[in-house]
Amino acid sequence: MIEFQLITPESAAQAAQLASASHTAQQGAEIRFVAGGTTLIDLMKLDVETPAKVIDINRLDLAKVEKQPDGTLRIGALVRNSDLAHEPNVLRDYPVLSQALLSGASAQLRNMATTGGNLLQRTRCMYFRDLAYSECNKRNPGSGCAAIEGLNRTHAILGTSEHCIATHPSDMAVAMMALEAVVHVVGASGERDIPIGEFYLLPGATPQNENVLKPGDLITYVTLPAAAANSKSHYLKLRDRASYEFALASAAVIVMTEGGRITRARVALGGVGTRPWRSHEAERALEGKAASEQHFHAAADAALRDAKPQSGNKYKIELSKRCIVRALTTATTQA
Amino acid sequence: MSKSNDDDVKRPKEKLSRRAFLSTAGTVGAAVTLSGSLAASTVAEPPAERIADDEKVAIPGTIAVALRVNGETRKVRIDPRSTLLDTLRESCNLTGTKKGCDHGQCGACTVHINGRRVNSCLTFAAMHQGDEITTIEGIGQPGNLHAMQAAFVEHDGFQCGYCTSGQIMSAVAMTKEPWGPEDKDVKEAMAGNICRCGAYPNIVSAIQQVRGNSRRNG
Repeated sequence: MIEFQLITPESAAQAAQLASASHTAQQGAEIRFVAGGTTLIDLMKLDVETPAKVIDINRLDLAKVEKQPDGTLRIGALVRNSDLAHEPNVLRDYPVLSQALLSGASAQLRNMATTGGNLLQRTRCMYFRDLAYSECNKRNPGSGCAAIEGLNRTHAILGTSEHCIATHPSDMAVAMMALEAVVHVVGASGERDIPIGEFYLLPGATPQNENVLKPGDLITYVTLPAAAANSKSHYLKLRDRASYEFALASAAVIVMTEGGRITRARVALGGVGTRPWRSHEAERALEGKAASEQHFHAAADAALRDAKPQSGNKYKIELSKRCIVRALTTATTQA
Repeated sequence: MSKSNDDDVKRPKEKLSRRAFLSTAGTVGAAVTLSGSLAASTVAEPPAERIADDEKVAIPGTIAVALRVNGETRKVRIDPRSTLLDTLRESCNLTGTKKGCDHGQCGACTVHINGRRVNSCLTFAAMHQGDEITTIEGIGQPGNLHAMQAAFVEHDGFQCGYCTSGQIMSAVAMTKEPWGPEDKDVKEAMAGNICRCGAYPNIVSAIQQVRGNSRRNG
């Protein structure tokens, strides 16, 4: 790990101001915020992240979950994953989020990892994490992608490019995609709201840029829209072992039905996309249709229609289809 | 809990132990490599008061931090890069907390911060001034074992013992968390603690005894 200066700011605005001197907020940033540390410190130990300044935001007043008068739920960026998973409003109104959070990592890591940090969780691509491989367009732009010709069993099949096939690893963010969360940011030039659907970038030719954050941007809150009445939801995660493992495929589904017909559907996928993957195609295939297995299969087919598998992950197409069908079946058949 | 751990903690300073020799040698080595490099400073710059023990060898770039560990205040001078794990082991001489993977994957380094279990390898010590840190040394001692420590002994919840302090710290914390009563709930709750010897069935038995849920299969 290279040497760095550890800074404790007095306020979110000051933190943003300090970080605005970084040339980027993406890979290679020389100034980083640290909250739980579970991604950043891990990557600093690997020398994948080499910030010269680390801003410890843990003492900022951003650790509350507050129901707003308009029915939305405002989640502070420093709310720990374990606290959010057991928060009464989340358990009652957004169970899919609680399920996603509790399926991620271990109890210790969930006690550390934060809401803001989890949105910015970095890929587990072993070529990105291992400096022994010089080819990684995300870590070293223009160097190539070792995963495309290498071991890519766990890599993405949706949203990939010829430059990067790294999977976004978060479970929480997948549920938040289905819930249509809004990310609130304090930046050097003020505050702004970013719908989560516009937060993540596809890798394209610049996989080092993973989201729309600019130097100095600090996530302060995430807001969930008011819970839709009578909606049913489920988060299903499929992985190599029963617990404490990243998804090979996961699905967050939220459906509203009326007289057996689906009036509204939200489908997001994890473990298969270069970003937490919202499938508007699956949603269109479901809305207006009967909540039947036939239509669940059609939605799954629609979600994976544009999938582009690599040499080692063709299985993910069938796996994620079954994941979607089973998540929809579980959601719509529960009491 | 084993005799050797106890000896480690209480070993007299005048005796040149393996650990004391290594830390002295390490200090000299670090002083050489770091001299001349004016490294990180921090808001955690020390108050005027003296820093016990380490004053003579204050290495450029190190910072003074005060940590609350097992109810005592520990003033140590550390590199800002020091994880809580390394600081507990190398600066506080609390070697009951173990370093396994050093990447948050094995759970051997589990300690409590403000009563919650965390991986001490994935957090910087300087981020925890003012927090209440509890290590395995703080929950029980030989002759005064915590109920979970006694249960691990009774149920043979270990073989080599390397993961054990992390297992016990994790187990003590889980009894205060919202988990179901069954064995499968314990297994899920303890998934972040890996045991290469495979003592899992006995670990589950020990925890279930302490929770009052013995022989709940599911």
